[in-house]
Amino acid sequence: MAAGSTIDALGQFELHPVLGQIGEALRFSQSPLFMLIAIVAVLAFLYLGMRPAAVVPGRLQAAAELGYDFIHNMATETIGKEGTAFFPFVFAIFFFILAGNYLGLIPYCFTFTSHIAVTASLALLVFLVSILASFKYQGVKFFTHFMPEGAPVFLAPLLIPIEILSFLSRPVSLSIRLFANMMAGHVLLEVFAGFTLMLAGLGAFGSVLAVAPVVINVALTALELLVGVLQAYVFAILTCIYLREAVAH
Amino acid sequence: MDVTAAREIGAGIAVIALAGVGIGLGNIFSTLVSSIARNPAARPHVFGLGMLGFALTEAVALFALLIAFLILFV
Repeated sequence: MAAGSTIDALGQFELHPVLGQIGEALRFSQSPLFMLIAIVAVLAFLYLGMRPAAVVPGRLQAAAELGYDFIHNMATETIGKEGTAFFPFVFAIFFFILAGNYLGLIPYCFTFTSHIAVTASLALLVFLVSILASFKYQGVKFFTHFMPEGAPVFLAPLLIPIEILSFLSRPVSLSIRLFANMMAGHVLLEVFAGFTLMLAGLGAFGSVLAVAPVVINVALTALELLVGVLQAYVFAILTCIYLREAVAH
Repeated sequence: MDVTAAREIGAGIAVIALAGVGIGLGNIFSTLVSSIARNPAARPHVFGLGMLGFALTEAVALFALLIAFLILFV
């Protein structure tokens, strides 16, 4: 990691086959492994949380109900009555990204949301679902969105390409926001860990100074806990906003 | 000029954009604090929008960081 004078900050994002021979044959790397672990974790949380099914919930059941209610309120308040149709989709997106972000904070674990391939797939999925919903709920009138009402008609050749461009920039910004947040967070953690090793290699006095980057890493981990949930929330709320525009009559 | 030197200068220039993002974030949180101070009962309504605004503005900062990384490493 810290080789003499340079810190290899981006090497942690490389993918290698895991699980020995099966991994080599299937090309199963850390990314799909941690996606599977995230799915199992979310399903286990919901199943074990709701199994007691008590009227007065214990802690785990209260947590599961809180997660459900939070996303249900977000979907129905933002999208409207049709929100219940999209609620499972928004729920899956929010908890998949949240589990992915948080699993990456465990030492030696991999953050699958730090790869643009994964976040771009999720963003394109949201984009596709919103376009299909637009065609289902609005039909061909969907294309009138690109000409804002009340604007003078002679500005149309200027406005319409700009509107189309800003519509097409949605999956781009959605994917890059999540990917860059996760990558930047983990690069910072690795850089300060590298500083610790470099300072500790300087001898006794260096070892005393090396406590400072460790303290900064503790603060950075707290920040990453906040950023993980915030980015999952922002992805989910933007999905709801795009779906609200899609189902608006 | 050396390619490595030019890359490092380019990456440094790319992050000047963070000045604007800093001003934007300060604006969001100053308005959030003063609106909660005027009307503390509005807190649950305003706080969610504040967090959304913060994350969207932070995204612009990360676009600049992404360009810096692209210049430096690609």
